[in-house]
Order: sequence, then C-alpha cells, then structure tokens
Amino acid sequence: MAYKDEQLSEEKVFKDPVHRYIHVKDQVIWDLIGTREFQRLRRIKQLGTSFLTFHGAEHSRFNHSLGVYEIVRRILFNFENRPNWNNDERLLCLCAALLHDLGHGPFSHSFEKVFKLDHEDFTKKIVLGDTEINKILQRVGKGFAEDVADVINKTYENKLVVSLISSQIDADRMDYLQRDAYFTGVSYGHFDMERILRVMRPTEDQVVIKQTGMHAVEDYIMSRYQMYWQVYFHPVTRSAEVILSKILHRAKYLYEQNYQFKQKPTHFLSFFAENVDLEEYLRLDESIVLYYFQAWLEEDDTVLRDLCERFINRRLFKYIEFNPNQQMTEWMELYKLFQAIDIDPEYYLVVDSSSDLPYDFYRPGEEEERLPIHLLQPKNDELKELSRQSDIVEAISGKKRTDHKLYFPLDVLEQLPADRPEKMRIFEILFG
Amino acid sequence: MLENHARIMKFFSTADEVVGRKKLQKMIYILKKCDIPFEEKYEFHFYGPYSEELTLRVEELCNLGFISEVKEDKSNYYQYRYRVTEQGEEFLNHSKVELPPLESMINNMKEKSSRFLELVSTMLYFDDLSKQEVEEKVQTVKKTQNYQETEIAEAWEFIDKLRRQSTH
Repeated sequence: MAYKDEQLSEEKVFKDPVHRYIHVKDQVIWDLIGTREFQRLRRIKQLGTSFLTFHGAEHSRFNHSLGVYEIVRRILFNFENRPNWNNDERLLCLCAALLHDLGHGPFSHSFEKVFKLDHEDFTKKIVLGDTEINKILQRVGKGFAEDVADVINKTYENKLVVSLISSQIDADRMDYLQRDAYFTGVSYGHFDMERILRVMRPTEDQVVIKQTGMHAVEDYIMSRYQMYWQVYFHPVTRSAEVILSKILHRAKYLYEQNYQFKQKPTHFLSFFAENVDLEEYLRLDESIVLYYFQAWLEEDDTVLRDLCERFINRRLFKYIEFNPNQQMTEWMELYKLFQAIDIDPEYYLVVDSSSDLPYDFYRPGEEEERLPIHLLQPKNDELKELSRQSDIVEAISGKKRTDHKLYFPLDVLEQLPADRPEKMRIFEILFG
Repeated sequence: MLENHARIMKFFSTADEVVGRKKLQKMIYILKKCDIPFEEKYEFHFYGPYSEELTLRVEELCNLGFISEVKEDKSNYYQYRYRVTEQGEEFLNHSKVELPPLESMINNMKEKSSRFLELVSTMLYFDDLSKQEVEEKVQTVKKTQNYQETEIAEAWEFIDKLRRQSTH
C-alpha cells in the first residue's frame, strides 16, 4: 500500500478540552505529529503574553494545530460525495491544517516586528527544507511538500482547499476562538460550530454557507468581535507586549553598541544581526527566551535589567486613553519632561494602537478587495454576501472601532519627589 | 510616535486622492516591493497580496480625522475615496518620517486599473521565482482573471519602469 494511503492499525485519539477527541487514522498525520518541528510547538504559547492577564492562557500552538486538523477532518467527512469536492485532496488538506502554524516563533508578534521576520516564510522553510517534516511529505509523493506549502501560503491552485484553512470562516479561526475562550475562561468566543460545519458547502473556488445557517454564522462573527476587544487586545496584555518588545529592542541595541553581556546571548545573535537560518530559528523557543530574561536581571544596563524585571515579575506599565490628534502637543511635552527626569521616553513612553495587533474583523469590503462570507440561496443557488443579509453583521462590520493608548511606568513617576515641577506637570497631563 | 501611520499619510498626501481600497492595497504593496519602507505585513489572499494591518491603519487614520473617506454606492458594491484632511497635513508637519520621492511612481500606478495592479502585485509576490515560473504561477493562482500574454508583458515593463524610478 502506498504511504499516502497507509492507515494505523488502530485509530489514535487525543483528549481535547475543546473538541473532546481528536482522531488520527492516517499514518502520515501520525508521523508528522511525531516530528521534532511539530513537537516544538508545545513550547510556543498560542496567546503569547496573554497569560499575564488571563492566568489560564498557557495553551500552546501544538494544541491549536491539532484542533485545526480535527475541524478540517470533520468538514471533509461532511464533504464526501458532494459536488465540487474531490476526495483526492483530503490528505493535502489535513496536512496543511496540521502544519499551518509550524513557523511561529516565541512570542511571535513582537519577535517578527523587532527582528523583521515572517513566520509564514519559516513555515515554508520547514515544509520545504531539510527537516523531519519534509522527509515525511516527500515520502507521500513528488510535489506533495510543495503543494502543502502552497496551501498554507494561499497560493495553491484549488482555492476551495485554501479556503478551508484560510478564509473569513475557516478551521483556523473556528479553533482558536473556542480554544482561547476556553483557556482564558471568558464567556465570549462560543458559537455553534457543529451547526456551521453542517451548513458548509463546497463550491468551485470557496466554501459557502447555506442561507439557513446564517444565525450560527452571526454568532461566530460576534465571537470574533468580542474576543478581539476582550481578550486579544486587552490593555494589560498590550502592556506586557509593549515591555516585551522594548526588551528585544534594548538587547538588540546593546548588541549593536558592542555591550558586553554577562550572559552572552548566543541564541539571539543571528536575530540581532537579522540573519537567522532555519536551525537557529527552531532552537529558540519560549523557554529559552524566558531563561535569557531571567539572566538579564543581572546585567549592568539599567534599562534592560528593569524591563526584564517588569516582565518576569509582572510589574507592567499603566496606561491612559490617548488621542494622537487632540493630544499631539501634550505628547511632545511629555517626551521632553521624561527626558528631563532621566527616563528614556523611547522605552518608557509608548503609544500603542489597535493596528499594532491587526485582527481581521469581518468586513464585506469593496468588490474584489478580499473574499467575503457568501450565503447560498435555497432557490437558485445564488451567492449573497453575509452583511447584505444579516442586520447584526451589517451593524458591527460597518463600525470602525479603533484604539490608541499611552503606556508609562507609573511606579517610577510616583517615586519622584512630590515637589519636583516635572512630576507635577506630567501628572497634570496624564491624569488632568 | 506613529511612524508607520505617518508613512501611510505621506503616501496619501503625495497621491492627492486614492480611489478604491483594492487599488490602495496593491499600490502600497508594489511600493513596498520597490524598497519603499512601509512596514505593513501582507499575505496572499484570493485577490492577491492583502494587508489587514494596512486596512486597520487606514481606519485609524480616518477615525483620527487625518484622512477623509467617502463611500460611494456602485449598485452591487461600494467604492471608497481617500484624501488627506487639514488635520492630517498638520500631523505630517509634526512628523519626522522621511520617504524617498514617490510622486512619479504613484502617478504611474494611479493611471492603471485595479485589475492590472492586482496582476503586478501578484507577479511581485513571486519575485523569488524565475520569470517563466512567475508567469506560470500567475496563470495558476489567477485562473479566473484570465490574464492575457500582452497584459503580462505590459506588467513586466511596468515593474522595470517602477524599479528604475525607485532607484533614482
């Protein structure tokens, strides 16, 4: 029997708090899960710094990747024998679902910004490079690894396959919304996934939803909206993210100044030089990063030491709402006042905007801007865009809610002498 | 503060007016591929490279009153027009962000259709491949757009022209 068709003699199951069980029968999937590149995802948290806000949010990208695989497996079970679906694509979809987040690094978002990296490039490198993953995919067949990379990169010829893993209603989002809700403990993020899976239909180039499933999709859209503001963009998490990002900036800056670290940052050197190869990338996970943050508590550089102390011991920056249009001159004054009291504003006075953590709210958009969710009409098989059918979706998708906050170390400011004029003026600007 | 916002504002200010969100998405991507330092992250979507980060940043600029957005109903879809406001110009006056000269590149792109810019940005997305592989890839991922050989040839010329402009 060809490797691609090999089945395990007995089905394996993973207990999962979101989907109850994750079922594996394909030998290829079982082998991929066992690779060192996939096992590494156990050491990358799904929600980065959110554990400092929601103490339960310690789940990993390993959990999520298995969850996405399971959802796609269930979708494909429902697609069998339906028009437009070719079951020869089944294994490709399952592999792409399982491996879609393979290239995520530690605290992905901040790392990518500071060191100018792209986790999608690394996913491609892991799938196509000299890795255990690639060896397995090569065994499946000629060109199979390239096809998996194309599906994940959204450049695969069959857009229906791509849309299962990545579209406005895909397995990736359906897993992370429920999983993140479960582990953070919030009551948002829940929707009737079983219903959505039952009303999904394959068309030539995308997955669409039967009109009768509209209310289940409305719930899903509301979940996305609420999870963003309540969890993903939580101001305390953003504060931790600001500090994390400033630690990385400071360490890079010190390296560029030939600063002599007491603990040589061996694992970071290629990141500082912005020349990271695959092996170096795979070696750095969150346990290593946190080890360095601990080690840097002993450094002579006061900024690096202080920022690491804040991150490790959760002494985060405080924040106020900030309007860059109305408060432009106040910001410039604050910048000078911080300099006057020897607090470097580059590290300790930070404006954070909603676009610093992009999140895809559902937007119908313009024609051909991006593909919306389409509802399949019962009588004539016509497709209608979701927000034109649903008042609820129209109401939230038309709303542009954006946000800017100013972060600063209130504890340091409070320690300044009460009669210091700069302190009085800073407090006046910040708190009125 | 808000350096990435300021770069996008410089683009709008130079362009005077941008019509269409799809066009805006592709123009910034093409400039980025010509080494103009925009930092918005792009991914490949159904209609070519697309940046959620850019969408959100433009929404922020509209909410802050730095850019005006006019929505026009085109019967089966909406179209959006963008211009810098007076407050936006004031914000730019305070900003220290510098960009290389963009005017001729932007003017060249404004003259083109969004369909053509979709083709150009898709070709640039695959710029790590050989010329022949890029063309094959375009025919694969853009099957429904049915791009003709003459359009692809025109797109190569356009890319060369833009790259020459970006290095001057």
